[in-house]
Amino acid sequence: MNKLNLTRHISSQFNEEIEQVRNHVMAMGGLIEQQLSDALSAIANSDSELAQHVIANDLKVNEWELQIDKECTRIIAKRQPAASDLRLIMAILKTIADLERIGDETRRIAKVALESFNSAQQDLLVNLDNLGRHVAQMLHDVLNAFTRMDVEAALAVHKEDKKVDREYEAITRQLMTYMIEDPRSIPKVMNVLWSARSLERIGDRCKNVAEYIIFFVKGKVVRHSSEEKLEQDARS
Amino acid sequence: MNDALSAGPHTPEHSKLQVCDVSLYYGQTAVLQNINLTVPANRVTAFIGPSGCGKSSLLRCFNRMNELMDDSRMSGTILLDGQDIHTPQVDVAELRRKVGMVFQKPNPFPLSVYDNVAFGLQLQGITRKRQLDEIVENALRKAALWSEVKDRLHQSALSLSGGQQQRLVIARAIAIEPEIMLLDEPASALDPISTLKLEELIYELKQQYSIVIVTHNMQQAARVSDYTAFMYMGQLIEFDVTNKMFTDPGQQQTEDYITGRFG
Repeated sequence: MNKLNLTRHISSQFNEEIEQVRNHVMAMGGLIEQQLSDALSAIANSDSELAQHVIANDLKVNEWELQIDKECTRIIAKRQPAASDLRLIMAILKTIADLERIGDETRRIAKVALESFNSAQQDLLVNLDNLGRHVAQMLHDVLNAFTRMDVEAALAVHKEDKKVDREYEAITRQLMTYMIEDPRSIPKVMNVLWSARSLERIGDRCKNVAEYIIFFVKGKVVRHSSEEKLEQDARS
Repeated sequence: MNDALSAGPHTPEHSKLQVCDVSLYYGQTAVLQNINLTVPANRVTAFIGPSGCGKSSLLRCFNRMNELMDDSRMSGTILLDGQDIHTPQVDVAELRRKVGMVFQKPNPFPLSVYDNVAFGLQLQGITRKRQLDEIVENALRKAALWSEVKDRLHQSALSLSGGQQQRLVIARAIAIEPEIMLLDEPASALDPISTLKLEELIYELKQQYSIVIVTHNMQQAARVSDYTAFMYMGQLIEFDVTNKMFTDPGQQQTEDYITGRFG
């Protein structure tokens, strides 16, 4: 952490404000990790109680977003952050927007868990297991990278998203086969497909957060860059 | 956005002033060490850095005001439009006419508003009233002061407010048509509104002049300047496009200073 010099300001009040907003981002991230893990077990175990809990908890995620938003606005108004401080606040503001959307996707997944599936359909849900674990790991890694502002870890997450995209495509193909074989299953399979879609979107949003980490550390905007350019900027 | 963040070192701009390897000593003390930089024409260049880092001293070298200090010694060269300002052919009075300076505290002469602005012109031998009237009005208009003083031109300049006095001093500098304006913390004694007016004025003036401003107010440097130089202990640490300096400075020392960290 010291390497980042985040709290070496002459103004101890500013240091506290920065420290507080970072702690809140981590708390929000921790909550979302828990939400995703709960939503995935709710689906795997057809646990509708847990699913309800996830849905209700999404309000807390939203509250965190508003709270952190307010804190960042205050820092901008009172401290006029520049250079790395400015990049940190920008990165936090963008990150919490993506985290909030991850929360929304998680709620969607929990809603699917409320549906009743018969045993044949239950097999469909197994398809989500791997993708779910993969994306949960990505979220975990990117939040860790954010805490440590670790560019290499961010790069690794960024690369992981390609694999998630491929897994999502594979699941889509598989689910299409089900639908073709048994058209009556279409409504249920669609639900599973939406969940897979939500997981894939969570992967995209983790990738965004990885880009904000690179922006903060390197001062380079790597959104919409090619893979090679991104790596080059991140390692410059 | 990308531009602002990644703009490399300057600059294809036309250079007004070139500082080559300048060192300055007061007695045995080196106050500037091997400074190299280019002040671009029609742009605002800000010098920032902690007290005693040499920014004002460097500014004073630009119109040879440093020579007014006993035992000051400068090495290196300063070129104004490619001409060395230290060659014997250069008339110091003429140099200081071209390179005007405004100080931290407004220093109007204890004369009327009108005479303050006309002072330098009269020294230059302009005495025709109509011509003087015209230049004085123009200078006051450019300094965004005309509307406030047009009915009290013959009152003492000392009766003006601090902000008005500072703009009057700028009008006085403008009247003799300098090429470069050196502003040494021009807003440090002004209230926020006067400060904003002064910054607006700087923005207008750069159409015609090249401006160098020394300021302790980092936000001010960020607002008004196109280029920023960060100096520390007599050395130029970093010089780059202002947008880059304030979003992604290249040097840790610059970063620490701009963000208010312990160096």
